[in-house]
This record gives sequence, structure tokens and C-alpha cells, in this order.
Amino acid sequence: MIDVAAAAAGPVVLGEGLEKRYGRKRVLRGVSFAVPRGGFLVVTGANGAGKTTLLRLVAGLAAPTGGVLEVSGDRRDLGFVGHEPLVYQELTALENLELFGRLYRVADRRERSGMLLERFGLWDARSDRVSTYSRGMIQRLALCRALLHDPALLVLDEPFTALDEDGAGVLDMELSALAGERTVMLSTHDPARVEALATDRLVLA
Amino acid sequence: MSALTLYASDVVALARKDLRLELRARDTLPAMLLFVLSTLVVFHFALPTGTADDAAYGLLWIALIFTALLGLARAWAPEREGGALDGLVLAPCDRSAIWLGKTLAVLVFLTAAELVALPAFALFFAPVDLVAVAGVVLASIGICAVGSLLAAMAAASRGREVILPLLFLPLAIPLIVGGVGAGISPEGATYLTFLGLYDLVFAILAWATFEYVITE
Amino acid sequence: MSSRNNLPLLAFATTAVLGIAVVLALLVAPEDVDQGVSQRIFYFHVPIALTAYLCFGLGAWKALRLLWVGGERRDFESYTWIHQGTIFGALTLITGSIWAKASWGVWWSWGSNQLVLFLVLFLFYCAYFMLRFSVDEGARRERICAVYALFGVALIPVSFFAIRLASDFIHPTVFTREGPQMTGTMFGSFLVCWVGITLLAYVMYRIELVGKRTDANLRELREALS
Repeated sequence: MIDVAAAAAGPVVLGEGLEKRYGRKRVLRGVSFAVPRGGFLVVTGANGAGKTTLLRLVAGLAAPTGGVLEVSGDRRDLGFVGHEPLVYQELTALENLELFGRLYRVADRRERSGMLLERFGLWDARSDRVSTYSRGMIQRLALCRALLHDPALLVLDEPFTALDEDGAGVLDMELSALAGERTVMLSTHDPARVEALATDRLVLA
Repeated sequence: MSALTLYASDVVALARKDLRLELRARDTLPAMLLFVLSTLVVFHFALPTGTADDAAYGLLWIALIFTALLGLARAWAPEREGGALDGLVLAPCDRSAIWLGKTLAVLVFLTAAELVALPAFALFFAPVDLVAVAGVVLASIGICAVGSLLAAMAAASRGREVILPLLFLPLAIPLIVGGVGAGISPEGATYLTFLGLYDLVFAILAWATFEYVITE
Repeated sequence: MSSRNNLPLLAFATTAVLGIAVVLALLVAPEDVDQGVSQRIFYFHVPIALTAYLCFGLGAWKALRLLWVGGERRDFESYTWIHQGTIFGALTLITGSIWAKASWGVWWSWGSNQLVLFLVLFLFYCAYFMLRFSVDEGARRERICAVYALFGVALIPVSFFAIRLASDFIHPTVFTREGPQMTGTMFGSFLVCWVGITLLAYVMYRIELVGKRTDANLRELREALS
């Protein structure tokens, strides 16, 4: 499935000797990895090993304090799911997707929002404020938000958190559909769940 | 669409989002309106009888500045919940548009408060002429432009409610000078020019530096 | 640290220059005809004020460089310059206050634009420290502090004009300290004082920078050991 010509152009994400410190506190040290186009990198590690920090670096939400990090493309090409849903709590799901769709210049944002909300089982709750959602519903909305602009690179920080079996099933299907077509970096405590999709693995210590 | 139209549409979308949130929650504007009215009433008792109108103008400005602080302290509250600010930082829009959108939204709130405060002031204390109103408009732009940036800084700190007035007041002194001068000086135009210059200098500075305040 | 540490030598030279400056200002320079002996504080007040501006300016310059090219080192340098600026700003307020008492009989005068400006700047830079101590260490803090330091240098000229404008309606009588033209000896003494105070600020900056870095390294070691 991997596009040979594109893969030859080099990795989509390349980290060499990455280091991140917050003041005196060192969170990451000497992390190196590469994800080719169409690759699927699974990041594992104990709590506090720096999985979240690493993914925030790749997403551009934080800058490394040492080492080299190259991410091809710009912010338009990146979809990110983090610990927080990154949406407005007092807007409805539809209003959130409309706002972010506009900022991401998604021309058919109405259709795509509708389709994603439908797929993730949020269509009936589309006009409810996010603050009334359960944890699982918020996580589903966060996934809709990340997929809205059909990004070439998906960075997912423990995306299965808080999802029930239904939600996790939908995410499984989405990831299978995207694997090979899109580049994915995913952190998880349950690597078995994405074993079949993974092309690369990174264990943080 | 040209880059400028896109930029403007981002700014409008962001500002409209804030207005929509305010219409829904109503937790900032009513507080500002009530605060500015209460302050003016308190000033009546704080001013000895027979005090000149000039002194009352000074108090008007204190009321406006603290009302603006009240609004600014809550300006980034919607972005703090749920990590929405990270969502905006990730979006491919120009980061300065986030600042400009917030500035416009706060300016709308402050203008609404002033629409109540100025007639009330004219009724309670002293007449307000056109130059004084122009002074209020120009100073409000400066207050919101600088204030929304400082509020974003304060939002990143631990003591955000306490720290915002400390950051803001030294920077607001020139605005108060310009505003009071426009109200009471016979050479109001000088003060209006000064306020316009302040707005220009600090709006450009805030526009250029906002990105650094919200990224790591 | 670097092997060729010229700091002790520099400190010694500064002490010498300052010693000469004190002698020149108190004994050699001719007495002012109008103000008498109290005018001699001018030789310290004005250089201290100019040095404070210089420190704030350098702090903002390092802040600009930090935003431009990055580097944790520049954050330390900016912080240390602003620290020195605040110390010299406080000294400006103290010496200005003494001078006001000597020449006008009051410890504080809103009519002195320079003093009022320093009061505003003192408040502004105190807020800088409050901000710095209430944001968690890291790149975010470096940048936020740098942006605030840049606002500081923009505030200096803007406040300067604001205070001049304000004195028109708040305090119509304008005090001037210009007085008669300085004689050659007076100007020479003034220059020596200025050089001395500037050197003092630089030496203090260097010492403080070493102290802050040592403190940071110590904490890093402690973190690594625990």
C-alpha cells in the first residue's frame, strides 16, 4: 500500500535525539524515530515516560529543547487528538465543527461534519452543548474534530481512552480505512488493539 | 479568496464565537454593566460636594478601566476549558487572528458597558462632549488590544486573577492620561492624537508578539 | 565558566572609577550657584537614571533575540538586565526623592516628570517579576517574559509623553532642573560618574548572571541526583 515514490522522498516524521525539558525537569531524552509516508507508528511506554509530550512535539504544540524534529507538511495536514478534546465546552458539536472547519478551510465542512457525527454516533446529540456530553461522547467529538479536514498525518494520544466498545469499534474501522493511506502516530496502553495495523513501534522508557 | 479576506473571515468567526458564548452563558457582560453603574454610584459618595467636574472625569476613567479588567479577566475562560486554545493553536489560521478576534469581542463588551456608563455619568455628574466620547472610543481600542494579550499571559500563570491588574495598570496609565485629557483639556485634539498613537504602537506590538504568548 | 575570568579585574577598575567619581562630584566640581551643595546629587541621580534605561533596553534587546533565535541563555540575560534595571530604577527614585527634599522641601513631587516616569516603570517591572514567578518554568515562560519586556521599552517613550501631557492639566507649573549651563569641570565630573555607574551596572549584571546560572545548575544537579 505504501507509495514507493513518496516513501523515497523521506519520512513524514523524523525525530533524532529529541529532548524536551520544562525548566529543570527533563521529560524526554534522546528519542529517535522515523515514520514513512503511510506508516503507522505505535508509541508505548509507562505512565510518565513522555508519550504525551512526544506527540505534542510532533503536533507542534510544544517545541523540543534539543535534537532534530522534522514533520513534513504544515498545520493544515495534521490532525491531533490529545488528552483534552480541544473544543469549546459551551458550543454544540455542530458549532464546534463549523468553527474549526472554517479555520481549517474545509470547503464542504457541513457535509463532512454531518458524515463524521453520523459515523461516530453523535448525530442525535449534534445540537447539544459539549458540556452536557459524557466522557466517551467528548472523545468521539475530539476524533471528529481531528478527522474533519482529512489530514495526511494523524497524531493520536491514547485515542481509545473513555470510548465504550461501540466507539472503539468505530475508531478501529476508521483506523483500518486510513492505514496505508494516511500516516498515523498513535500512543496506547493496549498495543494489541492496533497490532494488525502497526508498521513501526517506539517504546519510551 | 485572497489571504486578507481569509484572515478577516477567521477573525470574524472567532469574535462571533465569543459573542455567541456570551449570549448563551451571560456571565461577563451583565457583570460589567452592573459593575460600572455601581462604581459610578459609589463615586457619588466618594466625591465631596462641590468637587469640580474635572475630578469626576478622573473617576469615570477609573470606573472604565476596572470594568474593562473585569471583562478581560474572563476573556480567555472559554479557551481554558477543554483545551480549546490548543485547538486554535493547531489550526492553520494565522495566530494573530486569535488575538484580533478576542480583542474585537472584548471591545464589543466594553463598548456596551460604555453605552451605559457615559449617559449615566452625564446624568449623575457632568456633561460629556464629543471629544470626550472620541477619547473613550480610542482608549477602549488600546485597552482591548493590550488587555487581551496580557490576559492571555495571565491565563498561563498560576495567580491569573491577581496578576492581570498588575500587568495591565502600568500600561493603562498613558490611556488614562489621554482619556482624561480629551475630556477636560481645551486642546482635546492633542490627546486624541496621543491615544491614536498609543493604539497604533501597542496594537502592532501585540499583533506581532501574540503567537509567542500562546505557544511553547 | 570561562578560564580567563576578567570579572575581578573589572570589579577593581569599577571601584577605582567610582572612587574618582565620588571625589570629583563632591570635592572637585564647582558648587552650583543656585542650588548649592544639594545639586551634587545630580552627579549620581542622572547617571543612575540613564543606566536604568540602558539596563531595561538591554533586557528588551535580549528578549527580542530570544524570540528571534531562541536560546535559554538569552532568557537569563534578559531577566538579569531587567533585575539590574529595577535596582537602578529604585535608586533613581531614592536619589530623586532626596534631591526633591533638598531643593523643594518635599520628598515627592508629581511635578518632576523623570521621577513620575520611574515610578511607572518601577511598577511595570515589579509586575514583570510577579509574572515571572507565577508561570511554570519552561519555554512558555521565557517567551511570555520576553514579550512583556518588549512592552516595557515601548512603554518608556509612551509614558514619557503621557506624563508630559498630564503635567499640563495635573500640575501646570513645570519644574526644571536645567539651571545654568554646566561648566567644563562639571561636565567632566558628570561623565566620569556616568562611566562609573555604567561599569557598576555591568559588574553587577555579570555577578548576578553567574549567581543565577549556578543556582539553575545546582537545581538541575539536585533533580538528576534525586
